[in-house]
Amino acid sequence: MPNMSLNKNPMPMQDPKVRAKNFEEVTYGYSKEAAQNEADRCLNCKNPLCVTGCPVNISIPEFINKIKEGDYNGAYEVISLSSSLPAVCGRVCPQESQCEAKCVRGIKGEPVGIGRLERFVADYHNSLDIEVNKPISNGHKVAIVGSGPSGLTCAGDLAKKGYEVTIYEALHAAGGVLVYGIPEFRLPKTIVQKEVDNLIKMGVKVITNVVVGKTLTVDELLEEYEAVYIGSGAGLPSFMGIPGESLNGVYSANEFLTRSNLMKAYLDDPDTPIMKGGKVAVVGGGNVAMDAARTALRLGAEHVYIVYRRSMEELPARKEEVEHAIEEGIDFRLLNNPVEIIGYQSSDPKDPKNGYVKAMKCIKMELGEPDENGRRRPIEIPGSEFEIEVDAVIMSIGTTPNPLIKSTTEGLEVTRKGGIIVDDNGKTSRDRIYAGGDAVTGAATVISAMGAGKLAAKSIDEYIMNK
Amino acid sequence: MFKIIKKEVLNPTVTKMVIEAPLVAKKAKAGQFIILRVSKEGERIPLTVADYDREKGTITIIFQIVGATTYILNQKEEGDYIEDFVGPLGVPTKVDGLKKVCVVGGGVGCAIALPVARALKENGCEVVSIIGFRNKDLLILEDEFRQASSELIVMSDDGSYGRKGNVTVPLKELLENQKDFDKVITIGPLIMMKYVVLTCKEFSVPVDVSMNPIMIDGTGMCGGCRLSLNVDGKKVTKFACVDGPDFDGYEVDFDEAMARNRMYSSFEKHKYDAACNLFKEVK
Repeated sequence: MPNMSLNKNPMPMQDPKVRAKNFEEVTYGYSKEAAQNEADRCLNCKNPLCVTGCPVNISIPEFINKIKEGDYNGAYEVISLSSSLPAVCGRVCPQESQCEAKCVRGIKGEPVGIGRLERFVADYHNSLDIEVNKPISNGHKVAIVGSGPSGLTCAGDLAKKGYEVTIYEALHAAGGVLVYGIPEFRLPKTIVQKEVDNLIKMGVKVITNVVVGKTLTVDELLEEYEAVYIGSGAGLPSFMGIPGESLNGVYSANEFLTRSNLMKAYLDDPDTPIMKGGKVAVVGGGNVAMDAARTALRLGAEHVYIVYRRSMEELPARKEEVEHAIEEGIDFRLLNNPVEIIGYQSSDPKDPKNGYVKAMKCIKMELGEPDENGRRRPIEIPGSEFEIEVDAVIMSIGTTPNPLIKSTTEGLEVTRKGGIIVDDNGKTSRDRIYAGGDAVTGAATVISAMGAGKLAAKSIDEYIMNK
Repeated sequence: MFKIIKKEVLNPTVTKMVIEAPLVAKKAKAGQFIILRVSKEGERIPLTVADYDREKGTITIIFQIVGATTYILNQKEEGDYIEDFVGPLGVPTKVDGLKKVCVVGGGVGCAIALPVARALKENGCEVVSIIGFRNKDLLILEDEFRQASSELIVMSDDGSYGRKGNVTVPLKELLENQKDFDKVITIGPLIMMKYVVLTCKEFSVPVDVSMNPIMIDGTGMCGGCRLSLNVDGKKVTKFACVDGPDFDGYEVDFDEAMARNRMYSSFEKHKYDAACNLFKEVK
């Protein structure tokens, strides 16, 4: 008999007051009992809609069935057929708008906790330290640009088929956004490292400190490799273009998170500086904004605002992150938009506070007619300006594609916005060059980048095998 | 890991190192920079390429010991390794089509100005160089500049070597007396570059400046190195790592750049003192 409880098994987690002051993972994950109990909520539908909601079409009821049988390794194998980073995706996927959004149990009550079950299976598997076998080489060489979720996925799929894969990473550590962007409390870096280590055990070479487009060009890679996959990620941060954005204390979310995550500025006595404490305003409503706000809080901020121009309903962040942020005391100032950042300027020119952020002027917004994406357009309410006192402002309003590869790869077509153009198979306008992830779509999710890496791996395999 | 092939102390605060980095050496051009991390957990710092040897696969860096990272880097000796070394980053200095250029270097900025002077000379351009230092003890690269220039003027703030005064004094004389300069290229402290630009403006001579803001990734991801340009009366945000480090001096907002470079000065002072104390204790 299925478990007909209307609610998901609760996720055990750190108390909000405690976790707001540390960088340890917020949630602990399901116990075997909770996982079993949650798995029993799955009705094993004949026509499982959840699978259609998953960007990589994991056979969800099948892996949940394995959990029901107590065969956790079997469950892992089912997931592995479609996803290479389950421990990551179980933590960071927006399940509420993907698989869980389609779950029939969600019509009356809460959907099955698919993400939580995926994480349980992956963590169980990773705790066993199972030996990774190196596949027999097929003698074909492929280069991958970028070691983020799409590059790692593409590398993993190709390596499993026997390809000799080399990943080129611009930074000093592999993992891309999983190491520089997503904070430790949401995705522990040991998990990312484990995934990278597993790829290395499978024979994948990871070369850090190479900026493709500068140190090497894509065309140079094509001299050595039969195909190249570009998964170089999103690029330069966007700013609003309002006065005061160059003041000291104004960060892009990329900079703030990179300092804290990649450069470990969150540790005691770090080598890389970051502003700690004070009042912080984060502008934007995506996952990155939530990460920045909660990082600022953990770094010791006395008050953290999220300033977003639409309402809670339009907030694009993952629901769980928003809930966690609210529990931790992040102050959501919705339907507000910054118009100016005001700097400190004392009559004493030697005052060390000069040139630092003092306040942010905002204007109140209301929602008008839906725009072309169906989201209601925010409109300024004239005369409603007000100031909030802040010491730091973190702009989290998106990124524009990095120009380095486009500008050094002749014939590589990009959109007006700068995203690399690919066909349905992930192939670019140039032969033997494939691309995917944020470099193609602009800022999106880990799972969609993974899906693109998978697709490209399949296309690259087909191309090389049919040569 | 990247091996230190050669280390040479140029003056008490400036050191030259030749680093084995064949991929970087293959591509590097004057005006580009690298980012290094001395050790794990260390910070990433940008340093401009002072020279390169494509055959030997080496890059030369010249750095001033100003903070904890450069202090720790300076403790390394020939044969030691540094953790990370990535580049060449940024856009090379434009040297094509120029017939006569005045290169103005200040302090350790001369280390970056030298490859630019050399590249200009190799391109058939006449180079007049002005290099300035606080005093005689801090002088670097005089002979090298002399070889790369048809005329070299050395300045010191206190008059202990060469002429006494700021680099803008001889620059003004040159621009007054010789009307055929296509351009001035200046590299040095922000305050010096600001006044070089003002001097050039008086004579309507174009001037390129090399910016060295705080950076983290250096690849166009974090946006920390942004600076404001005034382009035809409109404020434009640019990123030194991918758009620069060279910019049209007339357009750069120097006051803002100076304020931004002070962002972490108290942190940097604290880390520098801690690094000095640590190595004193060890010794």
